[in-house]
Amino acid sequence: MIDHPTRDAGFGVYVHWPFCASKCPYCDFNSHVRHQPVDQERFLAAFRREIAHTAARIPGRTVTSIFFGGGTPSLMKPETVGAILDAIGAAWSVDAGAEITLEANPTSVEMERFRGYRTAGINRVSLGVQALNDTDLRRLGRMHSVDEALAAVTIAASIFERSSFDLIYARPDQTPQAWRAELERAIGHAAEHLSLYQLTIEPGTWFEKLHRAGKLTVPDDDASRALFDLTQEICEARGLPAYEVSNHARPGAESRHNLVYWRYGEYAGIGPGAHGRLVTGNARLATATEKHPETWLERVERDGHGIIDEEVLTADAEGDEFLLMGLRLKEGIDPRRYTRFTGRTLNERRIRTLEDHGLIVRRADSRLTVTREGFPVLNAVIAELAA
Amino acid sequence: MTTRTFDNIRNFSIVAHIDHGKSTLADRLIQTTGTLTAREMTEQVLDSMDIERERGITIKAQTVRLEYLAEDGKTYILNLMDTPGHVDFAYEVSRSLAACEGSLLVVDASQGVEAQTLANVYQAIDANHEIVTVLNKIDLPAADPDRIKEQIEEVIGIDASDAVPISAKTGLNIEAVLEAIVKKLPAPKGDADAPLKALLVDSWYDAYLGVVVLVRIIDGTLKKGMTIKMMGTDASHGVDKVGVFTPKMRDIGSLGPGEVGFFTGSIKEVADTRVGDTITDDRKPTAQALPGFKPVQPVVFCGLFPVDAAEFETLRAAMGRLRLNDASFSYEMETSAALGFGFRCGFLGLLHLEIIQERLEREFNLDLISTAPSVVYHLRMTDGTIKELHNPADMPDVMKIETIKEPWIRATILTPDEYLGAVLKLCQDRRGVQVDLNYVGKRAMLVYDLPLNEVVFDFYDRLKSISKGYASFDYHISDYREGDLVKMSVLVNAEPVDALSMLVHRNRAESRGRAMCEKLKELIPPHMFQIPVQAAIGGKIIARETIRALRKDVTAKCYGGDASRKRKLLDKQKAGKKRMRQFGKVDIPQEAFIAALKMDS
Ligand SMILES: Nc1nc2c(ncn2[C@@H]2O[C@H](COP(=O)(O)OP(=O)(O)O)[C@@H](O)[C@H]2O)c(=O)[nH]1
Ligand SMILES: C[S@@+](CC[C@H](N)C(=O)[O-])C[C@H]1O[C@@H](n2cnc3c(N)ncnc32)[C@H](O)[C@@H]1O
Ligand code: SF4
Ligand SMILES: [Mg+2]
Repeated sequence: MIDHPTRDAGFGVYVHWPFCASKCPYCDFNSHVRHQPVDQERFLAAFRREIAHTAARIPGRTVTSIFFGGGTPSLMKPETVGAILDAIGAAWSVDAGAEITLEANPTSVEMERFRGYRTAGINRVSLGVQALNDTDLRRLGRMHSVDEALAAVTIAASIFERSSFDLIYARPDQTPQAWRAELERAIGHAAEHLSLYQLTIEPGTWFEKLHRAGKLTVPDDDASRALFDLTQEICEARGLPAYEVSNHARPGAESRHNLVYWRYGEYAGIGPGAHGRLVTGNARLATATEKHPETWLERVERDGHGIIDEEVLTADAEGDEFLLMGLRLKEGIDPRRYTRFTGRTLNERRIRTLEDHGLIVRRADSRLTVTREGFPVLNAVIAELAA
Repeated sequence: MTTRTFDNIRNFSIVAHIDHGKSTLADRLIQTTGTLTAREMTEQVLDSMDIERERGITIKAQTVRLEYLAEDGKTYILNLMDTPGHVDFAYEVSRSLAACEGSLLVVDASQGVEAQTLANVYQAIDANHEIVTVLNKIDLPAADPDRIKEQIEEVIGIDASDAVPISAKTGLNIEAVLEAIVKKLPAPKGDADAPLKALLVDSWYDAYLGVVVLVRIIDGTLKKGMTIKMMGTDASHGVDKVGVFTPKMRDIGSLGPGEVGFFTGSIKEVADTRVGDTITDDRKPTAQALPGFKPVQPVVFCGLFPVDAAEFETLRAAMGRLRLNDASFSYEMETSAALGFGFRCGFLGLLHLEIIQERLEREFNLDLISTAPSVVYHLRMTDGTIKELHNPADMPDVMKIETIKEPWIRATILTPDEYLGAVLKLCQDRRGVQVDLNYVGKRAMLVYDLPLNEVVFDFYDRLKSISKGYASFDYHISDYREGDLVKMSVLVNAEPVDALSMLVHRNRAESRGRAMCEKLKELIPPHMFQIPVQAAIGGKIIARETIRALRKDVTAKCYGGDASRKRKLLDKQKAGKKRMRQFGKVDIPQEAFIAALKMDS
């Protein structure tokens, strides 16, 4: 057995599909638009090789979750998804109750494939609804309408055991009243899980250009804080409390795959621009693959993997990542695990200061958790603890 | 023993206002006389420190020996002493001037006479120099040599009728400058047979040679192998190498009367040499020493602390190294409640302070926090004793102080008429007392007495900014005057920050305090809690601002398993925090310590 305080959090496999039908102006994910049809067979072969290569490095794991993210994985043929799942099953053993999620865009094209995905083995979908307001959907560059998105939500709930959808809020000119109405409506349609992201202006995106040119204004700190607080209040009242900064679920319906990240477990990253944290011997390896899809493809065909960055994390780096991931969760962290990573304890004086300001609490079971006041300023809280 | 004239030698300096082209002209002279080949010429040969090149200023005096074949068919040795133009280094100018018989006065033919032109040319006249006027930059369309000539005659009162119009940049008329040096500047006089008498002009530390001493020989000969004596310190040293700068060091074995060059020997530290000292033959000393210089006094003090307390020893070593080369900079250990261990350092002025700080950071890779610059106050205590106060944090109990005196300067400011109002207001705001107001062509020449305390922070920056860069400024310390001064403390989150305390005039305290609090509000990033920032005199709060608590900074999205991205962000935050100092619970960025003192009003 590997003596690393990681395995208890599970083992997840992330598969990245890097293509989208169009590029949304706010998005800086590794997503690319191709005008020629993508050669899915060739990509599939590469995914297979990369999976086998990874399994050779970390053999004998039991997979507890699989996540197809993007980009838009719902542009993959169900057969491609099925074949990737088969490859994962051949490389490791997959837990019978494993959560297998696919991110999907809620357009009619994709809905037609839902049944195929189910057959292939997908048991959970996460839909990018983004807004329940057609004007805003257009402004966000989305290819679907509210009606279409809600239809996709309904169909998904009937086909898959579990489902979730994403909304982006704190959009330009969005009032608290408008958001309240939209969120209440969304909750009415939500099965068990919602991801609610505040719009972030990301470097290199079209929105950033507009923002810099003064043509797009987002809510200021106060307004965005108010929207955040409002979101917590509404979701709690409706039985979908946040279990992570931006993720809400009925108790028990949390995304297990994302919990692997946040609980800082072990995960493999497959596909272009995917990140992994592999435990080998007593060390944790951080891996990252080539982002550009075709370059990744060529690398995998040549070398058997697309990893271009690989670093053995230092104890301090592990400790930092553990805090960065773990404190996003409502359940917080177990400080003893921090000590197991770093050989140090968290600075008592700094903990006290944060407690005094009501930003964190130490629970009776000795877990350190961030408070409702603390979450909105989490970056500062973590910077303080990690300093 | 007879004094004679060394006809083939000319020793000269170049005096100019900053940017009028002194360094460029020096380069041209070196090039024209073929001292360096074009390939060896790097721009501004004489500004050898990185900082000098980057900032375009000369800090250390430099010298170069040129050989010039003149129109009369004879070859002359021309020793050029480059001098710093900035007021902080006025002492360097004065000692370089003492080693020469003449000066080139370089004036930008479009800009005309500026404050430093005046200050420097008066120093040259005081040193009994013959002056050759050079009008530079005549290639510029705005150049108006005739008008500037008139201005020079009118303002400075020297004959500029045969001023040499040149362009140092294009090389136009450089020969005429060389001819004027030969024809108009006097040759040095001296007695070759008399005992050695030489002026110690400067000295610095060279990693290979040890201490290098720059000398001007008055009488006698300085030879390799002899033993010399420094008359001021009464120390004797063997002489290893004797040579000149071409501008590379060239060993020539001996130097005779009128010559300028260097020697090295058994001298350990720059501090063992005293600028202005007389050097003589140990076995056959001269009877009469040269009149010396008065030692330079630091006028501005500030504390320098390592950001990382573990770097204290590195800082100590670095200061020692810099001091090897710059005896005008002083330091002693200091402890601050807020900043830990560091040094209280004395400088010739603000530029000097900035340069030293920059060199420490750059050459020794140190991160430093500097405290508010302060001048030296003289306190008369009720028990009759006099105390010097270098650090406002050390201010004794006010009940025990009878009077406080502060240093004043006499400033000369030249400004285009349209900015006069703003400049007058600035001087008035800074407690200035007008001494004189005149016109130089279309420009006003103002003479003001000002407390150094008011100038030390950002007077020069302000002056530049209100005059769009056109006003020029020069000053010298004049005297100490009694002032109604009080100690203003700054409290951040209710805790006094000793490094920000300062002495201010009572009437200025409130506006100063307000400006300080506003500035700190800008400079201190929002924390997880609200932070009051206050200025106080004694127990009385005179100004207050509040830094609002941080409202929202959490990253909404999660990029799957890309923890590295978050970690990079965190590392950046940590690096930012490292550049801050903790006061109680508050992190103050180190820039705040100087920036808080810069007042915009
Ligand atoms: N147009 C023009 N520019 C010049 C001339 N001489 C110097 N400069 C420029 O003026 C600036 C200041 O020159 P510098 O020699 O560094 O001045 P210093 O501060 O007196 O040493 C530099 O940008 C030079 O290139 C000249 O004759 N004509
Ligand atoms: C990998 S993306 C996309 C999944 C899918 N391609 C889609 O767009 O529906 C996951 C989620 O991140 C959120 N997101 C992407 N860019 C964002 C931004 N700039 N600010 C806030 N949320 C963002 C969106 O809600 C999106 O559904
Ligand atoms: S938001 Fe989704 S659909 Fe839009 S570009 Fe990004 S990954 Fe593609
Ligand atoms: Mg220069």
